[in-house]
Amino acid sequence: MEIRREDIEHIADLSMLNLSEEEIETYTKNMQEIVEFANQINELDTENTLVSAFASDAYNVFRKDEVRESLSRDLLLKNAPSSNGEAYALPSME
Amino acid sequence: MEYEVIIGLEVHAELSTKTKIYCGCTNEYGSDPNTHCCPVCTGMPGALPVLNEKVVEYAVRAGLAMDCDITRESKQDRKNYFYPDTPRAYQISQFDLPLCVGGKVDVNVEGENKTIGITRIHIEDDAGKLVHDAYTGGTLVDLNRAGVPLIEIVSEPDMRSAADAVAYVEKLKGILEYIGVSDCKMQEGSLRADVNLSLRPVGQKEFGTRTETKNLNSFRSIARSIEFEIERQKAVLEAGGVVYQETRRWDDEKGEGFSMRTKENANDYRYFPEPDLLPINLSEEYIENIKKSLPELPESRKARYMSELNLPEYDAGIIISSKALSDFFEEAGKVCGNYKAVSNWIMSDIIRASREYEFEYDNMPYTAEQFGHLIQLIDSGKISGSIAKTVFEEMIKTGNEPEKIVEEKGLAQVSDEGAIKEVVDRVVAANPQSIIDYKAGKDRALGFLVGQCMKEMKGKGNPQILNKLILEILNK
Repeated sequence: MEIRREDIEHIADLSMLNLSEEEIETYTKNMQEIVEFANQINELDTENTLVSAFASDAYNVFRKDEVRESLSRDLLLKNAPSSNGEAYALPSME
Repeated sequence: MEYEVIIGLEVHAELSTKTKIYCGCTNEYGSDPNTHCCPVCTGMPGALPVLNEKVVEYAVRAGLAMDCDITRESKQDRKNYFYPDTPRAYQISQFDLPLCVGGKVDVNVEGENKTIGITRIHIEDDAGKLVHDAYTGGTLVDLNRAGVPLIEIVSEPDMRSAADAVAYVEKLKGILEYIGVSDCKMQEGSLRADVNLSLRPVGQKEFGTRTETKNLNSFRSIARSIEFEIERQKAVLEAGGVVYQETRRWDDEKGEGFSMRTKENANDYRYFPEPDLLPINLSEEYIENIKKSLPELPESRKARYMSELNLPEYDAGIIISSKALSDFFEEAGKVCGNYKAVSNWIMSDIIRASREYEFEYDNMPYTAEQFGHLIQLIDSGKISGSIAKTVFEEMIKTGNEPEKIVEEKGLAQVSDEGAIKEVVDRVVAANPQSIIDYKAGKDRALGFLVGQCMKEMKGKGNPQILNKLILEILNK
């Protein structure tokens, strides 16, 4: 599969990233290499392998519906680049 | 040209579990911003989700109540999108193996019965809330809602009008309330609908291009946005234009819809199996147990009210439309044994009073038991029907037992013939003209005399005895 510059532009768009011309070129090349690396898996013979989304055989790992303490808000907002003390503060999203 | 309207709905219902879907933060509504948050629901690196078992149970309950097949081997998927209401930059939802598929509900629209197909019901997490900051002009993020469990109920494109859509959502709301999986408080956003709508010329087989109007949280806005979108698409088509597939928003204040995003690639969610969560495998026994635990559903209650309690279809329909009201009806009826009277009061005074005093049926100022006692007081002749209205108003204001109100206010009905006769003699003597009028064939004179006596007795005279005694004098 060939990665085109439109693919990179599309992914950048979905991620809301503004990329420079240079970056687009670099990432197109990088992404091509990543895809080629991942494609190695296609060399495996999977004729007799069941289709599965998971590597483990486990299933039904559930939690009881019991309340646990939440983080304190001060601690939570400590990592926020910007906050008003109650909420994360962003530029206008309107 | 004549067009046919095609509508399909995606309804999101927040589940009334104690905790969020993937962490132990409380799922309580209306607290201070960002106080129900932890590393899992705020998407901190390395934090791992664990599925709340109640979410699976509630979704299966909903599926069974809506006639769905339950998927025995299901899984969750990652839906990628980048927006600040979702700190992980993906929502955990279900893509190709939803928990429930292929159901239906029956609705009655203006007297006509219709079946609306349900394509699927899946579980997913809600996003946080973005609030406009009037002070700075920026946007504030509150993540209390992030991770609140949702079921999304996707319908077939089986609806043809705003009335169909409203009847369908009312039906879903009723079912979800009855089976106790969501409180469905639309004003709090715990039940909201996305409307997919397209037009096609009558007779054409293929569907036209549809638009999706998102996040409607009242029956009124569902109906109005549909009417608006029908007219908009009609105007576009009639002018020879093309309807674009797009996401739209509804502005309820302005009464108009507008386009949100038209970018063709905006819906590229790149779903893949959620690697942090293991598959959900449901046994026959598990499903059977949930099926057995389902309570009586609204339709069945309605049928029972009509056949066993002889309520008219309209009255039964109103009562079952709210689980709280229906529960009230059953409990009050059980207490007094006079279901018909309870139903009559619901249809008139109770509905009126709940509007006038603005209380919800699950939070009325009097209990069903107290109300049953009020009916008993009427049926036993202790108070008259008109005095009962006074007692009822007093119950709303004070929450007191009706017996206590009757006693304290001296409202008990007078059935003592001697005492009533005294009043009747006095009133008749003071109104000789009425006797002449009555004998001349004017029946109204009887009503006048009864009214005068009642006035004297402050409404407490037993009307049957009063009537009897007056007639005795008049017919002498």
